[in-house]
Amino acid sequence: MADLTSMRFAETHEWVMKDGETATVGISEYAQSQLGDVIYLELPAVGQQLDAGARLGVIESVKAASDLYSPVGGEVTEVNGELKDHPEYVNQDPYGKGWIIKLRAVKDNPKLLDQKAYDAFVEGQSH
Amino acid sequence: MVVTAARTPLYEEHVRLGAQMTNFGGWVMPLQYSTIREEHRAVREGVGLFDLSHMGELRLMDESLGQRVVSRDVTRLKPGRIQYALLCNEKGGIIDDVLVYAVADGGYLLVVNAGNQDSDFDWIKAQGTQSTKVLNVGRDWTLVGVQGPRAVGLVQRLTTADLGNVKYYAFVEGTVADVPCVISRTGYTGEDGFELFCGNADAVGLWRALLEEGKSDGIRPAGLGARDTLRLEAGMRLYGNDMDANTNPLEAGLDWTLNLDKDFIGRDAIIRAREQGLSRVLVGFKMLDRSIPRHGYSLVNDGQRIGTVTSGNVSFTLGYNIGMAYVPPALAEPGTHFGVDVRGTAAPAEVVQLPFYKRPHPK
Repeated sequence: MADLTSMRFAETHEWVMKDGETATVGISEYAQSQLGDVIYLELPAVGQQLDAGARLGVIESVKAASDLYSPVGGEVTEVNGELKDHPEYVNQDPYGKGWIIKLRAVKDNPKLLDQKAYDAFVEGQSH
Repeated sequence: MVVTAARTPLYEEHVRLGAQMTNFGGWVMPLQYSTIREEHRAVREGVGLFDLSHMGELRLMDESLGQRVVSRDVTRLKPGRIQYALLCNEKGGIIDDVLVYAVADGGYLLVVNAGNQDSDFDWIKAQGTQSTKVLNVGRDWTLVGVQGPRAVGLVQRLTTADLGNVKYYAFVEGTVADVPCVISRTGYTGEDGFELFCGNADAVGLWRALLEEGKSDGIRPAGLGARDTLRLEAGMRLYGNDMDANTNPLEAGLDWTLNLDKDFIGRDAIIRAREQGLSRVLVGFKMLDRSIPRHGYSLVNDGQRIGTVTSGNVSFTLGYNIGMAYVPPALAEPGTHFGVDVRGTAAPAEVVQLPFYKRPHPK
């Protein structure tokens, strides 16, 4: 199980885990539960520059297509190729093998929430 | 103003089973209990249990009025038999698609779409006279769907009625788990199975008995999410998505629901449309890449917009993505290629024969 306390979350329900200048991005447990069965992801090319809050791709579930946003700015160094054949990893393990992209030259985004604040935000959303 | 969606008598059961609920046709209904994929598979391979109480039921006692409002010849329907038919307006547009049940003690039962229940009732009443007897009974009844290759065996274990004698699109009255029911061999999934009508007071008892007895069949409660992916694979149109009051039955590929040799509202307009030739027809298509077609997406061909997707999704059973769309008749032949505009990219698609999925014939 990933250490959620070291993650930061966007109000658009993506998480980011920083490791020095690099970072891994995925979607939250709440997001995957709301989306339901993920069946396809449209992801950026390696090398693409993303600003914080920029659209990074599209995630499609049986229910709908939804935009994904990058919680931090940086350059895409890797996309999770496993998701092409196993999009369900996003449902099964959103903080682990369901990660979506990795970035380098990451800039901090002070607007992100820690786990506690994000949980409170989600709680507020569902009422 | 806050419009509150109605709850079916099984609402508490859904909550207890952990369902995600959604509003549909004025009702709060289960969308999914586990995952749509698992519920879909349960219906294709075992058995699924659906709450369909949002569907409307209208009781129509007058045969000649039935003949005027329904697109098929209801007088040829023997008691105990069911037909799929349409209600059309004067312009030949589809007001609703319905199941017509010929009731032994006279008249018909119409099973109509949830969101159309009251407008259908008002419209049918308006076609009759003061003395015409039409009853809107949908809110008094619970409807439960038991669908899948193991559905018939499951229901048979709970009833003394001989279900082997109940053909597809036929019904009998009987008790299921000691609950008085109309047992109807119909469904909206492409599988064999039954739809059971019972009084609201008996709903929870029937639901629980089916879940309990169905354990050995791997029964799963299934929500509207799976209902939609199942009906799409079976090529069944969804009212409001694939057809509406601006759709002619011929465009929707529903010629077989029309008895044009008898008079019914909309008949003349439909005959005129046939003589003039159709400008668009409904087709099934499959995606040739991994993109997912969705309701409202445009179809493109040589840079021209040629049509609109009305339904689309993944096909869990077939392993590729499928959809239905209206296209000009010249582009309707199976094997024809066109693009689906998915976020600005023309994703390749090919017209295929409907239905996408047909259940294997029993041995």
